[in-house]
Amino acid sequence: MRRRIGRVLFFAGLFYAPLVTAQWQVNLVEGATEISRSVYNLHMIIFYICVAIAVVVFGVMFWSIIWHRKSRGAKAAHFHESTWVEIIWTIVPVVILVSMAVPASTTLIQMYDKNNADIDIQITGYQWKWRYKYLNQDIDFFSTLATPREQISNEQLKGEHYLLEVDNPLVIPAGKKVRFLLTSNDVIHSWWVPALAVKKDAVPGFVNESWTLVDEPGIYRGQCAELCGRDHGFMPIVVDVKSPEDYQLWVAEQASLKAAEAVSAQKEMSQAELMSRGEEVYKGTCAACHQPEGQGLPGIFPALAGSPLMTGDPAEHINVVLHGRSGTAMQAFGEQLKAVDLASVITYERNSWGNQGGVVTVQQISKLLKE
Amino acid sequence: MGSLEQSVHSTGHHGPATGITRWLYTTNHKDIGTLYLFFSLTMFFIGGCMALTIRAELFQPGLQLVRPEFFNQMTTSHGLIMVFGAVMPAFVGLANWLIPMMIGAPDMALPRMNNWSFWILPFAFTMMLSTLLMEGGGPNFGWTFYAPLSTTYAPPSVTFFIFAVHMMGISSIMGAINVIATILNMRAPGMKLMDMPLFVWTWLITAFLLIAVMPVLAGVVTMMLMDIHFGTSFFDAAGGGDPVLFQHVFWFFGHPEVYIMILPAFGVVSEIIPTFARKRLFGYTSMVYATASIAILSFIVWAHHMFAVGMPLAGELFFMFTTMLIAVPTGVKVFNWVATMYRGSMTFETPMLFALAFVVLFTIGGFSGLMLAIAPADFQYHDTYFVVAHFHYVLVPGSIFALMAATYFWLPKWTGHMYNESMAKLHFWLSFIGVNITFFPMHFLGLAGMPRRIPDYALQFADFNMVATFGAFLFGFSQLVFVYNIISCIRSGRQATDRVWEGSHGLEWTLPSPPPYHSFTEPPVFTHPYKENDRGV
Repeated sequence: MRRRIGRVLFFAGLFYAPLVTAQWQVNLVEGATEISRSVYNLHMIIFYICVAIAVVVFGVMFWSIIWHRKSRGAKAAHFHESTWVEIIWTIVPVVILVSMAVPASTTLIQMYDKNNADIDIQITGYQWKWRYKYLNQDIDFFSTLATPREQISNEQLKGEHYLLEVDNPLVIPAGKKVRFLLTSNDVIHSWWVPALAVKKDAVPGFVNESWTLVDEPGIYRGQCAELCGRDHGFMPIVVDVKSPEDYQLWVAEQASLKAAEAVSAQKEMSQAELMSRGEEVYKGTCAACHQPEGQGLPGIFPALAGSPLMTGDPAEHINVVLHGRSGTAMQAFGEQLKAVDLASVITYERNSWGNQGGVVTVQQISKLLKE
Repeated sequence: MGSLEQSVHSTGHHGPATGITRWLYTTNHKDIGTLYLFFSLTMFFIGGCMALTIRAELFQPGLQLVRPEFFNQMTTSHGLIMVFGAVMPAFVGLANWLIPMMIGAPDMALPRMNNWSFWILPFAFTMMLSTLLMEGGGPNFGWTFYAPLSTTYAPPSVTFFIFAVHMMGISSIMGAINVIATILNMRAPGMKLMDMPLFVWTWLITAFLLIAVMPVLAGVVTMMLMDIHFGTSFFDAAGGGDPVLFQHVFWFFGHPEVYIMILPAFGVVSEIIPTFARKRLFGYTSMVYATASIAILSFIVWAHHMFAVGMPLAGELFFMFTTMLIAVPTGVKVFNWVATMYRGSMTFETPMLFALAFVVLFTIGGFSGLMLAIAPADFQYHDTYFVVAHFHYVLVPGSIFALMAATYFWLPKWTGHMYNESMAKLHFWLSFIGVNITFFPMHFLGLAGMPRRIPDYALQFADFNMVATFGAFLFGFSQLVFVYNIISCIRSGRQATDRVWEGSHGLEWTLPSPPPYHSFTEPPVFTHPYKENDRGV
């Protein structure tokens, strides 16, 4: 019964997310994979065991509270130990625990079987976004929060998938075993999608493995689970599971998009074009730390407004943006952004908030990136 | 009351100094106990204000009151203050007041060190709180301060945080040495170890845990300090280190640490339940062994906090099994308490109400702990509000309720006045309801997928967060009733008898209420409180 309710809730949640999932969801989702269903079953079994123990223990306790109270004239008994009772209530829990450990171990062993994957995807955590790199295909992109800042600051009505929406979701095919190789570029993050029952830390300098095999196409949402700094709450995960045919179409589409980008990188852009594109990139990538008005946060994130780096030699500014500053939160954006975005955002930073540092062209950046 | 006047008179020339120096220079276990308890109460309110800031921000989705970086400082400071500033010093305060009186000793074994252990704390916490005002803000990496967020990516104030942790560690270690030295050397003639009250036993075991793990904490923060300032790479893969090493070392401290916060609570409850059930504690011996087993097991379960870091399968299985095993001795304790109540003659004064709530709500926290031990299921629970619900159930209605129970139980002994019983009952019911409204919905939030330590959340989590915030404010403000009751009990109130409670047993109840400044200057004759009338054992 409970299981059925869970399933109904889950599917209802899938199709009528805004109406039902919602509000008063009290239980784990059963999920969309064999593993997630066995995890759900383990969860329910251990829950029922706990409820049964609670009924017995609290039953005796409340029985005593009601009947063995002084106001009812209860006289205290004198017993204070009983070897056989104490042996029984040591042995019985051990038996219950062993009976619980067996299915738990079985599921765990299944989860650790990472062999024979059809697709390998490297997932890298960044402060505060995810990068998905398909190892045997030429696909590599970043996935960042798509919820507008105005919704977060309560200036706009919040959307249906508030904080659980991204610009580029991870796309995988249904019915194929997908292996995830997780690592991080900065601090520890944790990649978690409840419906897949996958939660694995992304540790800088190390690679963790996990996998999934999703039965049905659909959109599955999750979040970073390990505190990773300021915008920990703002780096969601969206997995778009497509049918194998749709997945192939998507892969082909990525190749043509890539070709189109290469062409646009050759195009000359005016300062106005660079500035307007740069503003968008700045809002999405830089403003979290350096703040929307470039004022930074004293002591942690340096101000850009009035910074000599913005007004002096562009080469040094470009160098910091492309390669980061080691030992600080400033990342190497050369690998994260396209040449056109880099040129735009550097130009934007050099010509905003009173800075007057001149234009940096796309060609300049492309040349540096090639080196 | 003749005995009271007599003893005050006979020790008059050893009475307390006057003014501030009484508290600064004191080496008296009762004064130091009082200092610890008031310090802890202050920290409880400071940490509580931080908790209310967190809950207020989470009242509705969206960012309303604080910015995310300040939110992270609040979650971090709330955790550190409550663990190291509220719960631990409160139990040390109880140990100071009660252990000498329970074992018939005149004072703690090392009174000057005792003074120093306490007076380090205000400085340590002033330093820690001052980081909130520094450039870049205070610690913002969670009370577990995982590297490299707490090293490479930390605000500059992290160095002050490290120094503050070192000072707290020194204070705790000295306190623990004092407890062990007192218990092992200063028991009244005739009191064997297995005759000691359970509160004394649990504190003896806790003190050994403290001595074993506080140096590990000092070690891990020192490694951080080296990484930040001296170019080492313990936790930096780029220099050959490993960020996960931090977590192993931290949790080798951290897991015994959580038992440091609960074992003395077990001791308190084991004193209170027999008193108000008017029946001897069931299974004293198994209680002692269960406490010792929990303490020993606490050293081999640490990595259950790290199921998601990518341990090998064998590691996951080992830590899953050892963690599940802890349920056995913990279960024995709960069964023993229930068996003590069974066929007792119970009354329900406030200490008993808190103790009963402890048994029920701590056990609920134990159940969610058992669920968390199941590694495959933990992948769904880990770092969600389910974990927040779990550890708040064992810490708030666990440790904190035990502390409140202890306060009401021994306050008449300490002050010589009865507290206001109806106000205390009001405090109990408000706290009981508040705690459950706050923390029970967090189980649902975690299962529905809400990660912990986030300042803003998706819309489906809105309703339960709102409920939890209501509960938190109810719980928080009802603590003012507690403070009012304590203060009015110190200043006035009905004179308490020496035994205070009908069912009280143990040496502390043979002293007058309040006890003289120096008690048991002559060792008392110890007779086992039950062996006379029971012929048991």
